[in-house]
Amino acid sequence: MSGYHIVVCGSIVPDPLQTLEPVMGPSGPGLKNEMMLPSVLDPWAAHALFEAAHLAKSQVGSKVWWVAAAPKGKLQQLMMSIGQKVPFELVAIDASAGGFTESWEVAAVLAEAIEGIQGLDRSRLLLFGGWESASRGAGTTIQMVGERLGIVDQFQGVDEIKVDADGALQILERIEGGRHQVSVCSGPPIAVGWATGRLPEPPNNPQVGMMNMRTVMPALQRARSVQLNTADVAFSSVELPEQRRNTRIVKDAAVEAIAQEIVDWIREG
Amino acid sequence: MIETLPQEEAVKVERQGFDVDVVCVGFGPAAGGFLTTLSRSLLHEDGTPRLESRVMPGMPLQIACYERADDIAFGVSGVATRARGIHKSLPDFKPDAVSMAAEIKQEKLLYLLDPIGASRRPRSLRIADRMIRASRWLPWYDEWAVTLPYVPPFLRKHGGYVLSIGQFMQWVGSELMASGTVVIWPGSPVKGPLVEGDSVIGVRLVDQGTDKVGAPSDGFMPGMDVRAGLTVVGDGPVGAVGRQLDEHFGLPEGHHQTEWAVGAKMVVELPKPVGLERGTIFHTFGYPEPEIFGFLYMHTETLVSAGIFVPSWFHNPVRTSYRYLQYWIQHPYFWRYLKDGSLRSWGAKSLQESGRQGEPFLVGNGYARIGEGSGSTNVLSGSGVDEAWTTGALLAESVIELVETGQPFTRESLEKTYVARRRTSWVESEGRVAERSRDGFNRSFISGMIGMAMAGFSGGRLAMPGRRIEPQDRFPTAETYFGDRIPADEIDAIRQEAEEKGIPAHEAFMERSGWPKVPYDGKLLVSQQDALLIGGKVQAAPGYADHVVFLYPELCAICREKVCVEMCSGRAIERDPEGGVRFDREKCVHCGVCLWNCGRPVEGRLSNIDFRAGSGGLHSVEN
Repeated sequence: MSGYHIVVCGSIVPDPLQTLEPVMGPSGPGLKNEMMLPSVLDPWAAHALFEAAHLAKSQVGSKVWWVAAAPKGKLQQLMMSIGQKVPFELVAIDASAGGFTESWEVAAVLAEAIEGIQGLDRSRLLLFGGWESASRGAGTTIQMVGERLGIVDQFQGVDEIKVDADGALQILERIEGGRHQVSVCSGPPIAVGWATGRLPEPPNNPQVGMMNMRTVMPALQRARSVQLNTADVAFSSVELPEQRRNTRIVKDAAVEAIAQEIVDWIREG
Repeated sequence: MIETLPQEEAVKVERQGFDVDVVCVGFGPAAGGFLTTLSRSLLHEDGTPRLESRVMPGMPLQIACYERADDIAFGVSGVATRARGIHKSLPDFKPDAVSMAAEIKQEKLLYLLDPIGASRRPRSLRIADRMIRASRWLPWYDEWAVTLPYVPPFLRKHGGYVLSIGQFMQWVGSELMASGTVVIWPGSPVKGPLVEGDSVIGVRLVDQGTDKVGAPSDGFMPGMDVRAGLTVVGDGPVGAVGRQLDEHFGLPEGHHQTEWAVGAKMVVELPKPVGLERGTIFHTFGYPEPEIFGFLYMHTETLVSAGIFVPSWFHNPVRTSYRYLQYWIQHPYFWRYLKDGSLRSWGAKSLQESGRQGEPFLVGNGYARIGEGSGSTNVLSGSGVDEAWTTGALLAESVIELVETGQPFTRESLEKTYVARRRTSWVESEGRVAERSRDGFNRSFISGMIGMAMAGFSGGRLAMPGRRIEPQDRFPTAETYFGDRIPADEIDAIRQEAEEKGIPAHEAFMERSGWPKVPYDGKLLVSQQDALLIGGKVQAAPGYADHVVFLYPELCAICREKVCVEMCSGRAIERDPEGGVRFDREKCVHCGVCLWNCGRPVEGRLSNIDFRAGSGGLHSVEN
């Protein structure tokens, strides 16, 4: 048997262009009009998914599963845009994805779903996910999923994985100063929290889309509903960072001029 | 399929392709009606195919729908609809199922007076305004507005729904996807139809991984060919596929598409209820200019859609929908409700206002036209969504009949089924009542209003005649339009300053001719550029070619008025200080107004602007 079994954990976040407004509801904090907001794949998870597909393509016999915990309807809508990007098999969990959940609880749900994947060879497992999240960056979820699955080799802030001729994995993790720490791991199983990676977003491929959709819709219909219980967590308050908008669109400005303008703007504030 | 790249390099590209039974271009209300109706007939109750695929025997029809926008919820329309067709397709539909949907409870038609004195009103209207002001103690007068005693039956929407088209299409799309029988792909612009002889055999998607002129760059992927037995064209009035078909096949004898409008709208959130019930709607005319119609719809007691229509027969060389919309919302009748509100969303779209007179060939070998691009919009009732939906549903019924009887999708079979259904539908009969109702506006505003009343009350038997004017012949010079208010040397100076700064001239012209500065408050009254970010949330992914192309830039260089710049909803087209005009895809909302606001005609085309299929645009879900 050759190739990797790559499981990518990732979920939705509101389209970054939307205006978000946290509100306190009877069951805890949430986003105002959350179900109306368009969603995108969490950009950190998107890098993980695209890197997974890229790696799977280069390693014969590999397969990608995407485990996603999100409201089923929103997940379905997301599939319309992501479904054409890369081949994957979806494992859907119908759950909240508003960012007001505890990472240990999400990790438990994801780990349980991964353990239930038919045909998954844990000895060939590469567990991928975002190092961070655009909704609430605990930075711990993938680590805890890995721990629950018994994966001891873990890497965070990863920008690149290379497969050496002997099958060892060379992994570049971000460290301070824009540099990388290079680790060499003999092989799977490993857990990887991706930073931005180095791949551009793949183009839409209608053939990939038609192929994915044959498994996506059944997966959504099978999605297990999970109530993420935040009762033990007290949110004293939730708020967005204060925003100031001062729009001026200028093209082709020099980097130094942009930097100077930002500095001046901060000083004014 | 092999084709030469646009920049005519000697590079050949091999395109991949695949086959489906039905490919649908555009996911708007027409495609919603088509796919909803068709999807319910694809399978027997036991899950076996009722309508079997030709490309995948043993499976149900393979259907793919490609939508240009980045999400199925990014449509724009101010919708108050009687929803007859929607109800026929979805008899159990309840507005509670869709965010921002409300049953229409109260409907008012208002004539708005001009509280500023800058509006260009004909003498007869000014006299009428003075008489109204003199009797402002009468109960139907309120805050510079007169409530008409009743709403004519042809305008009434009572009993229907107020909808956010974004939210409604999101709901329809989710229902379709959940059925598992239809696949919708947003973020997938369609470059054009694949035409062989007199047949359409599918569509080609746009190339990805290109630079702005379409040359291959990083990650180049040629647009795939999607071959289909039936190509359903529902890409709206400015859609690339529909317009290419019109150019290829022409329009039926006597038909024309010379009447247009841009609809611009805002969704406004109010901090508290203002006494207007959910489901209350207003139609307005008279202000900011007599030719500009407006609307205000209450989605909830604190969420409002407000918008205007700026028509092609408003012959102003600096017509700007955004600025006029700002004046409209500040009219005293509405400002008392809106003044504490915040802009949640904003958008604009072109409307094909020739209605049934603009109907193209509805079918041909391998293709059928549905929705607004098929001339279904009713220009008398100001209704398009329900009509579009219904045309889609009628086509679906026809497809079901043809597949069940084993007939191919030829012109003849589609005429016997789809066209026949349309000709006996309410869309057709009401479209015929409406088709000449607005002709009078090409003579004057008063003639137009009389013409609408004549057509509406006589069931289309009477109409005010009007001459047909091509879009490019509608623009007076600034000297002609503003000559009575601004001296010629100042007009020259304003134009010169706009050229040098690379900005539109409408702000200077309007303020010099009596319109006040807009008092920006940072919440609701914001600059056009801020509206792009706060309300429209406009985005353009890299890797696609520019979709607005100036065919002969030398014509732009000598164009004085540059109406495309003045009218551009997102200020994506600007004057180039080095001459001519330039386009910035990152600001384009894909409304398509540039297409019919070009003063430089090109032989065989609507204008010197080619409005192609493109990626990106609004990311607002509430329009």
